[in-house]
Amino acid sequence: MKTIKTSWKQIRRTPYQALTAVFIMMLTFLSISVFSFLVFGSSVVIKYFESKPQVTAFFKDEAKQSDIDQLSSNLKQTGKISKIRYVSKQEALQIYKEQNKNDPLLLDLVTADILPASLEISTEKIEDLGTVSDALKSSPYVSEVVYQKDIVSTLSKWTTAIRLIGTTVIVTLALVSIFIMMMVIGFKVSQKRDEIEIMRLLSATNWYIRTPFMLEGIFYGGIGTFLGWIVASAGLLYATPYLESFLKGIPLLPVSPIFLLGLLLAELIIAIGLGIIASSLAVLRYLK
Amino acid sequence: MIRLQNITKSYPTGSIALDDVTFSVDKGEFVFLVGPSGSGKTTLFRLITRDLLPSSGSIHIGQWDIVNLNKKHIPHLRKSIGVIFQDLKLLKDRTIHENILLPLEVNKADKEAALQRVEQILETVGIAEHKDKFPIQLSGGELQRAAIARALAFSPEIILADEPTGNLDTTTSWEIVKLLQDINKAGTTIIMATHNTDIVNSLSKRVIVLEKGKLVDDKKKAETEKHQKEKAA
Repeated sequence: MKTIKTSWKQIRRTPYQALTAVFIMMLTFLSISVFSFLVFGSSVVIKYFESKPQVTAFFKDEAKQSDIDQLSSNLKQTGKISKIRYVSKQEALQIYKEQNKNDPLLLDLVTADILPASLEISTEKIEDLGTVSDALKSSPYVSEVVYQKDIVSTLSKWTTAIRLIGTTVIVTLALVSIFIMMMVIGFKVSQKRDEIEIMRLLSATNWYIRTPFMLEGIFYGGIGTFLGWIVASAGLLYATPYLESFLKGIPLLPVSPIFLLGLLLAELIIAIGLGIIASSLAVLRYLK
Repeated sequence: MIRLQNITKSYPTGSIALDDVTFSVDKGEFVFLVGPSGSGKTTLFRLITRDLLPSSGSIHIGQWDIVNLNKKHIPHLRKSIGVIFQDLKLLKDRTIHENILLPLEVNKADKEAALQRVEQILETVGIAEHKDKFPIQLSGGELQRAAIARALAFSPEIILADEPTGNLDTTTSWEIVKLLQDINKAGTTIIMATHNTDIVNSLSKRVIVLEKGKLVDDKKKAETEKHQKEKAA
């Protein structure tokens, strides 16, 4: 209790330094939160696209149902297929009508006859898309093969880039946070060096001297993290309606409160670690 | 109680603070440590409290082998030695009461017992009425008493007093010496570093003389040894 009081007194006596330390920690953890949202979101988006029909084969009008069933069965036997769905001409028309329900002119012009039947196929692995696509193309009943390899691979590249940039930014900000906290706490330690020396000579253990500074580091880390998390989460909640219309159909939003609380907990653990490292380094040379 | 064997302390600059110093102090002794400035008195105290390590030689304080003492035991050693520093080392932003409480506080002593102990020490050194004042509000003699009070917090077996009368007038100096003598009579071993020849000459105590880091004289050592032999017999 006494140690907590000492730490709080130290913080209160230098409010601007405390604000600086909290602010830099807030920036660090705001960035961590934002990049976590991006990494988590892009992973969900990729999963969504991966689970969607990735190869669509459109059949010629002369293709019989038995030919299509045979082709479907052959593909299943390869063991590379996770999902396969037949879309008849009628179903294709329903989908078309649903997609263009606000445009009667487009609806009038189209009948089931002019729309092709198709097979929507998902593969277990993204790299099997090419093989499946080639197999479909070689079939005499298939008129056209469309697959989303490019979308998924582009998204994968983006996610990798976000992870890389995120990690670089977070590591840099974490280092900056440690140095700034070291500077703030180091300044206070230097102001109290006479007191530290006296306490050491009066038989204080290193832990007794170190603990209030460590608590101070934990305080800056904890408050900064909480504020960073609040700002990032509030931003996400504010943007949710816009993002929902942009990411229509992808089961990402609204983000689960459990995910947000889990993120806060993980960030608090990191912040406490950063606070302890920074304050221990700041006080180290006075305890040798 | 205190045994220094061939102690030499030299600094990286090449200056030698203590040169092959050997002496021992028995439990309950009152010893004056005299010598001009720079003779090594303060260095000797810093070695005894393990604030410094000697370049060579050995130091034993009771059961403690100071040179080979594990760092984690240093706080325990310092609890058994009360030090009155030359510059007092009282914290300016704490009251006299808080300053005396500090060693008990850093050792996580029971709060009630610690407060009781502080009141008792304040009475012993005669500054109970100044307990709520800050160091800046006290006279030289009162500050010196406060420093003595803090050194007494743990009822140490040894007190090292570094120039406790250095900046005091004659009357106050004698009051401080009287106080130290009273503490000594209660069984505490006292080593007092001083320049004050009047005090040293007036009291019939053992005197160790240091000059340029060397022990040049240990007056009454012979008498002490004789006393020890008689005691042993």
